[in-house]
Amino acid sequence: MSSVKTAVPVTNNNRNQNAFLKALYKYRVAYVYIAPFFILFAIFNLYPIVAGFGLSFFRWDGMSKLHFIGIENYLNLFKDVLFWKATGNTLLIGIIAHIPILLGGLALAHILNSKLVRGENIFKTIYFMPMVTSSVAISIIFMQLFSNNYGLINWFVSVFGGEKVNWLGGDGSLIKVAVIVMFAWKWIGWNMVIYLAGMQGISQDIYEAAEIDGASSGQTLFRITIPLLKPIILFTLVQSTIGMFNLFTEPFILTNSSWTGGINNGGLTVMMYLLNKAPQGGNAYGYASAVAYIITLFIVVISTIFNKVFEEKDDEQKMAKGRKKA
Amino acid sequence: MRHHKLTAKIVILYIILILVAIIMILPFYMMFVMSTLKTNEIYSFPPHLWFGTNLAANWANMLKQVDIVRAFGNSLFVTCSYTFLCLLFCSMGGYAFATYDFPGKKQLFTVLLTTMMIPFTAGIIPWFIMMSKFGWLNTFRALIIPSCANAFGIFWMRQYCQNNVPISLREAAKIDGCSEWTIFFRVIAPILIPAYSALGIMQFVNTWNDFMQPLMILRTPQMFTLPLALKSMVSDRGNDYGAIMLASTCAVLPLLVAFLCASKFFMSGLTAGAVKE
Repeated sequence: MSSVKTAVPVTNNNRNQNAFLKALYKYRVAYVYIAPFFILFAIFNLYPIVAGFGLSFFRWDGMSKLHFIGIENYLNLFKDVLFWKATGNTLLIGIIAHIPILLGGLALAHILNSKLVRGENIFKTIYFMPMVTSSVAISIIFMQLFSNNYGLINWFVSVFGGEKVNWLGGDGSLIKVAVIVMFAWKWIGWNMVIYLAGMQGISQDIYEAAEIDGASSGQTLFRITIPLLKPIILFTLVQSTIGMFNLFTEPFILTNSSWTGGINNGGLTVMMYLLNKAPQGGNAYGYASAVAYIITLFIVVISTIFNKVFEEKDDEQKMAKGRKKA
Repeated sequence: MRHHKLTAKIVILYIILILVAIIMILPFYMMFVMSTLKTNEIYSFPPHLWFGTNLAANWANMLKQVDIVRAFGNSLFVTCSYTFLCLLFCSMGGYAFATYDFPGKKQLFTVLLTTMMIPFTAGIIPWFIMMSKFGWLNTFRALIIPSCANAFGIFWMRQYCQNNVPISLREAAKIDGCSEWTIFFRVIAPILIPAYSALGIMQFVNTWNDFMQPLMILRTPQMFTLPLALKSMVSDRGNDYGAIMLASTCAVLPLLVAFLCASKFFMSGLTAGAVKE
């Protein structure tokens, strides 16, 4: 093989190829080490993502021939009342649940960081417990806690003199309350632990200086701690936003495995809507691909907005230099 | 006077912390309590708040409904295989990016970072079609192989290698006549143990509790992982809640106990990537 190659005049292209193969051979160890990721990613992630975009312009039931229909899937999607209902539910649940997990997480971290209380590790451990727990199990427990006739929450309501509330039944809208409670219950500890780690990375000098200047605890929180934690807050926000759009297990279990979100679609989320078009339930693979792309677009747009809002200004960057390594 | 004010403040802070702690513990406590109650005790108002005596009967009823041992085994198999492959591939990749020089390294690493920003949702439908074309539906392969080398893991391992693995170490081992594989498994891997444990915990917990992917892939009850087996016990009516709660306990308890024993490890593993080392 090689003797044949030397016989023919070496073209530029050939030489490049040779150099490439030589480099590949010379550095083969490193390439072998990184190969699994790139191969698996190309097959199982990159190809589906590209194919999904293509597929979103076709009508396909998974069996018969593909029908090119242009942007009809997207038009139908925007016309579907149920899709907007799912989007509204997801945003409503996500936005309301973010209040306790952001502010609550920050407040709890601030309290534990304040040196006034002890047992930081015990509280951290307790608040973090939901993160290692199966969402299905959590949902089943909360289903019982929120039950109309026998639930613990309605018992509290009646102890305080209220009427029993039909959380999971009724017109289906209160199921969102249950989902919000579960979402907040699950994520608050995770946020808190991350914020606390961030706070402990802030140099004590800044706080001492603030104390000398007579700043109150609230002032240090809002003027020093939160601005310095911006990158970390941004990280948790993006993560929980992705979590919001992936929200599926909790409402799915709470509505007794209903793919349409229970009564009046009260618990329908975008992820549930997507999976119900295909592969669970329907066979509208082209349409479902369009839905998947729109959900992705939502995630990208919202993350970009957060990034822009949180973009550090010059003076804050100077302050951030006061941070020591965590 | 000032002292009194401070004491009052501390008391209020403790009350807040303890109240939140009770809210976090209560669902777990109720799960344990309900798994020892008869179904008609669970269906009573006001709710029973103390343990009952029906644990053994609930256990028998649970085994009639689901093969919990098998589901436990399935979960363990999927989670361990996935975590093992993930740690192997991620440490290989991270080690190469951190300590080797090779053409295209910068560009490939940029590609890797970019892939972290693309949500998997975009490709979920073709991914499912692919699994069915490969004949991987209702197999564990579909849950283990596709995502076992992930970009975040490589990124994270690279950071760790850069700070902890001196390049001279490899040169020294090479002079001693070790092959590349021997160097990786005998010399490098032991240094990476802290990184392995953090990344491993993260992957293990997420895979153990995953519901959506198994729901799409696994079809027959003998293949069910724990979350799927749990879900299969809940139906529209006639739920045997004592048995269901006991099954939930079985799914939750192993990780919870492990977490309580090594909570620092778990917390640093599960929040890895959020806080810079």
